[in-house]
Amino acid sequence: MVIQSLKKIAVAAAITAATLTTSMVWAADTIKVGVLHSLSGTMAISETTLKDTVLMMIEEQNKKGGLLGKKLEAVVVDPASNWPLFAEKTRELIEKEKVDVIFGCWTSVSRKSVLPVIEELNGLLFYPVQYEGEESSKNVFYTGAAPNQQAIPAVDYLMNDLEVKRWVLAGTDYVYPRTTNKILEAYLLAKGVKKEDIMINYTPFGHSDWQSIVSEIKKFGSQGKKTAVVSTINGDANVPFYKELGNQNISSEDIPVVAFSVGEEELSGIDTKPLVGHLAAWNYFMSVETPENEAFIKKWHSFIKSDKRVTNDPMEATYIGFTMWAKAVEKAKSVKTDAVEQAMIGMTVPNLTGGMAIMNKNHHLSKPVLIGEIQDDGQIETVWSTDGTVAGDAWSDFLPGSKDLISDWTAPIKCGNYNTKTKKCLAK
Amino acid sequence: MKSIQKKNILHCYVKNHIRYLMSCLLLFTLMLSHSTYASSISKTNITDNGSKQQVSTKQTQLEKIIPQLRVKNFKKKIASIKQLAEIDDPQTIVILEALLNSKLYYQKSDKKVVIINKKNNQYETFSTLNNNAIAIVQKKTLKKITTNNKLRKTIRALLAKKKILNSNLDVRQNALKEILTANDASLLPVLEQAQRQETDKSQQDLLKLAIALIEVHSNNSETRQSAVKRLGNSLYPVAKGKLTKILETDEHGQYIEQDKAVIALAEKAMQRISSKLSLFGNLETLFFGLSLGSVLLLAAIGLSITFGVMGVINMAHGELIMLGAYTTYLVQQLMPNDIGLSLIVAIPAAFIVSGLFGVAIERGVIRHLYGRPLETLLATFGISLLLQQMVRTLISAQNVPVITPSWLSGSLVLNPAFALTYNRIYIFFFALFVFAMLMLILKKTSLGLQVRAVAQNRGMATAMGIKTQWVDSLTFGLGSGVAGVAGVALSQLTNVGPNLGQAYIIDSFMVVVFGGVENLWGTLVAAMTLGITNKFLEPWAGAVMAKIIVLISLIIFIQKRPNGLFPQKGRASGGH
Amino acid sequence: MLLNYLFPHFMHEDTGGKWLISLLIAITLLVVMFNFFIPESSALHIPTYMVTLLGKYLCLALLAIALDLVWGYCGILSLGHGAFFALGGYAMGMYLMRQIGDRGVYGNAELPDFMVFLNWHELPWYWQGFEYFSFTALMIILVPGLLAYVFGWMTFRSRVTGVYLSIMTQALTYALLLAFFRNEMGLGGNNGLTDFKDILGFSLQADGTRIILFTLSALALISGYIASRFIVQSKLGKTVVAIRDAELRTRFIGYKVEDYKLWIFVFSAMLAGIAGALYVPQVGIINPGEFSPLNSIELAIWVAIGGRGTLFGAVIGALLVNYAKTYFTGALPEFWLFALGTLFIVSTLYLPQGIVGLFSQFTNKQQKQSAKHGALQEETT
Repeated sequence: MVIQSLKKIAVAAAITAATLTTSMVWAADTIKVGVLHSLSGTMAISETTLKDTVLMMIEEQNKKGGLLGKKLEAVVVDPASNWPLFAEKTRELIEKEKVDVIFGCWTSVSRKSVLPVIEELNGLLFYPVQYEGEESSKNVFYTGAAPNQQAIPAVDYLMNDLEVKRWVLAGTDYVYPRTTNKILEAYLLAKGVKKEDIMINYTPFGHSDWQSIVSEIKKFGSQGKKTAVVSTINGDANVPFYKELGNQNISSEDIPVVAFSVGEEELSGIDTKPLVGHLAAWNYFMSVETPENEAFIKKWHSFIKSDKRVTNDPMEATYIGFTMWAKAVEKAKSVKTDAVEQAMIGMTVPNLTGGMAIMNKNHHLSKPVLIGEIQDDGQIETVWSTDGTVAGDAWSDFLPGSKDLISDWTAPIKCGNYNTKTKKCLAK
Repeated sequence: MKSIQKKNILHCYVKNHIRYLMSCLLLFTLMLSHSTYASSISKTNITDNGSKQQVSTKQTQLEKIIPQLRVKNFKKKIASIKQLAEIDDPQTIVILEALLNSKLYYQKSDKKVVIINKKNNQYETFSTLNNNAIAIVQKKTLKKITTNNKLRKTIRALLAKKKILNSNLDVRQNALKEILTANDASLLPVLEQAQRQETDKSQQDLLKLAIALIEVHSNNSETRQSAVKRLGNSLYPVAKGKLTKILETDEHGQYIEQDKAVIALAEKAMQRISSKLSLFGNLETLFFGLSLGSVLLLAAIGLSITFGVMGVINMAHGELIMLGAYTTYLVQQLMPNDIGLSLIVAIPAAFIVSGLFGVAIERGVIRHLYGRPLETLLATFGISLLLQQMVRTLISAQNVPVITPSWLSGSLVLNPAFALTYNRIYIFFFALFVFAMLMLILKKTSLGLQVRAVAQNRGMATAMGIKTQWVDSLTFGLGSGVAGVAGVALSQLTNVGPNLGQAYIIDSFMVVVFGGVENLWGTLVAAMTLGITNKFLEPWAGAVMAKIIVLISLIIFIQKRPNGLFPQKGRASGGH
Repeated sequence: MLLNYLFPHFMHEDTGGKWLISLLIAITLLVVMFNFFIPESSALHIPTYMVTLLGKYLCLALLAIALDLVWGYCGILSLGHGAFFALGGYAMGMYLMRQIGDRGVYGNAELPDFMVFLNWHELPWYWQGFEYFSFTALMIILVPGLLAYVFGWMTFRSRVTGVYLSIMTQALTYALLLAFFRNEMGLGGNNGLTDFKDILGFSLQADGTRIILFTLSALALISGYIASRFIVQSKLGKTVVAIRDAELRTRFIGYKVEDYKLWIFVFSAMLAGIAGALYVPQVGIINPGEFSPLNSIELAIWVAIGGRGTLFGAVIGALLVNYAKTYFTGALPEFWLFALGTLFIVSTLYLPQGIVGLFSQFTNKQQKQSAKHGALQEETT
């Protein structure tokens, strides 16, 4: 009895001690970089890599002597794939930790959750993932692809090179696939594809039983016209989807699938056999042979201490974003949001896949678009690429609500949603 | 007639696979010896078609075209390939197959195109003209000649043309399937020749279809009509596709096709096909439902022991499934060369790993919480967080690849419109097997007797000399072990990652509650019912709505039958 | 005791509650003053960030009270209380969305942004009325209440109890989670509702509004506490406890057990709805994630850690676990789940009556016939 109550006391003491000790060490003069990527929960699968990428970039910058004569200091927090927590952590990073810039977010909803906070506190966020567009904030730089830098070129490739006539737009039911498919549908209709030749299908997150849908796709694809699947299926649901395709004997030559969310990182977690020959559209592939890319991969392997780890598109986006930010800070000689924001526009940084990435007035990048086929070793091999770079379009030309909108953060417009018809800025 | 066709198409596959199923039920013996059945067809036919003549003009033609394969533009590359295929030289097949299998490279130094063979991180190069070995080089010095989907399809069709008359039935059949969609009238004579020579029944049917597909485009109305009729007999999707095309209408709803007789026949043929397809469609949905049901059964059956028999709400059940899946991964890492065998080894391994974790959880935590079922829920929720994060820290936050052995991929083609995927068939029987084993353990062993005794009346069981604590541990271990085994099966269907368990925990509870606790039969019936209902709802309600409807029906059902389908008195069956 | 004069008579025995409320009032006043009157440069200044965070905790504490009311006092472990919370939140979210007006990115005065890019042309019927705050306020209470009523009416009448009931509530919130994920629902799908601008004409970004929302949350928590305490001390409350401890006996005495259960369940759902409504403007987003069964389970754990059947224990548990979460996700981003998981296990194993139980053990050696024991008997019979 005594022992038991002693035990209880000890445990209680331990708990209180653990929760109450808040040791905040305020490092002297450093530039603080917030890292806001989920390290637990459903998104940890994708986001932990980006946290490591930012840490690698910071380490490298510090080896070069930091910025403006100060060392960079990373402040890593875990928003735990919990969307309100993203907002809370952003506030914590800016107000409490006083970070000068944040690299973070993956899902659209996490970005949407962070957006009001970052705008209110006039912070700076670099968002490194392909997304649905229809947004442009003064405080956010979008270094991932907008739909016109991924989806539309991919559809063009299927249409012109593979002569696809029938389309399945399959996606997870959330905002990115919904918007992308809306854009693609409008685009395909404009290209003369008939409505009955487009099938749209949405599934919940983490959908794992694909039997019925794949069988439906198979039927849809056996009407005598070349069929392709444009997949905006979210990360986790992809593996069972491709497995089912393979098992139902649908080869990539019969019905190719082009995916926008399947990259090297996702492929490294699966048996790639059933995916070989299917397509992926990105702005970066690990397999591209350029000196910049080789150096980057080498750096990554030595940082993460494993030769097996792959690199992917959001990592390149993080790399470009970080490098641009560092250059902009030096150009502006300040880490203040407004100064850096203006210095960012027009900034160029070499892409890892060749050519120069340019930060446009709408806070989106100009980048090349690559389409590749998945190989059995989990790599993606380029089969098509744009001749030059494609400028990211914040507002899609194919949606009725946004076709007249542009974003331009330079004077005199300085507006994220400027209506070119009415010559008015819709914000505020 | 159909049964013969079916039998022939399946010939060797079915035979092998029925044997697999048997062996699966008989504790998976025999498996290894057959796991390599999926032999490649690539090397079989060079000598068949090859002619021994070496004409120097061919050599120069080859020499001229081969360098053109290096161009980046796929359209140009395809043109070159077509030219290449026209050269009547066995070497063209070698080159095309090398290209198809990503074995055609060129040397960065002199741009010379070579065929390669990988050998322990080094590449052995061979001449494209005469297959003579050239050198062994580093990968860096070579660059691959890339292919894309369309190019590979073209190559396959080109190669197929050369193989229609091949002496090997499999090769012939695959070749013919490859060119079914090609719609190439120039193939007609070859096909007719093949038809005359063909002895195999299923190949005959396929040839008929291939010819009909070409003759539909003939100028002679009667030929066309008979071709349309023949299309109506085929369940191959291409036949339906062709008929759909014939029946296409313009914007005013008028048929584009002018020949009335052809239209009438096509409509009739279409009807025949459609009615057959809808029958097979329903069968397919039923199979999908059973398959989903078997997955639910596997996920829930362990829970029906821990929850149903012991009254423990184990929120870490999903994580025990996950541990089973990770065990599969680790076993595969240990024996990378025997993927098929590794899966068999993984079954007992996963049982032991998850079972031991289960016993540890029972000894460490649950033992202190008997009689407080709702608190076991909270504590095991904590355990589930720990296990998830443990896997993230120890292995990786990323998903891990679990390889599917070849005998688990592909499908059993009963006819062109109806095929059952092997992995689902195996998992279905595996689920039944696990179910049967558990039934045996509970009903026929002394452990089972003790488990049931403790479940029904703990006090009395103690009085009879049963070591209830020991039985509790073993029961929990058994339920957890079964969860681990379920993990092995799930690793073949879905992602193996830290979140694997989360996806199944709620469904598992639903199944157990629906079936009635402490009733394995209830769990079986419940799993299958939920699976089939879900799959029949899915086509018209969509995947999400189907699930919502099922959940709400379940809530309403429980109001009517608070103790599930097969109520039984047990420790968790309510407080009255 | 002096405090007694300040509290209504039914709270005179409730030492913990009195302390808690006094503390809450003190903290609220201090926070407001330190935030308002002490300059930002001072170390004593409480940044608005902290204020919002505290406001969020207070809402979650109110939610914990709601659960403790049905679980601790009535023996109904609802694993779907997050659903009522989220529904209240959504009602508030819809009002806030309507307040955006034409300040959305597309400048559409009628439709929220997500409807514009899904090409919707008019507002669905269930969005009507949410432009009025009074209507919204009604809905915040009514919608969760109605759902609880329908669900409870069916469930309690058919005498689904114990673990079964828990799992059914879990199914309920899971079904709602899936439904709200669908974009066809017209409630923003996975993204939910966000980018709010102002409430009743006050900008949500203004510090003043934040302070007011925080104060309101504190007030809601205090009144929620007092109301709950009133209920559990009343005859109704005594009957409910009797039901928890011996449902059959109570029924045989002649009480309509299901009516009592239903009443308290509906009241609890309404409390949860209010908590949700106050939560949303402070965190700035409401999305289907709130319906996740895991959230509801976590909620049960706050109550268990604090000590169920005490009301103030629930508040302590909610505040403690949430603070721990905030702290660990910042301080130990890679390992906080270990800490949290261990906390859950250890506290269920060694603190069966929660932290409150620990205190009462110190102060009061003689074991009272604690609330929990009865509940246990109920579950084990």
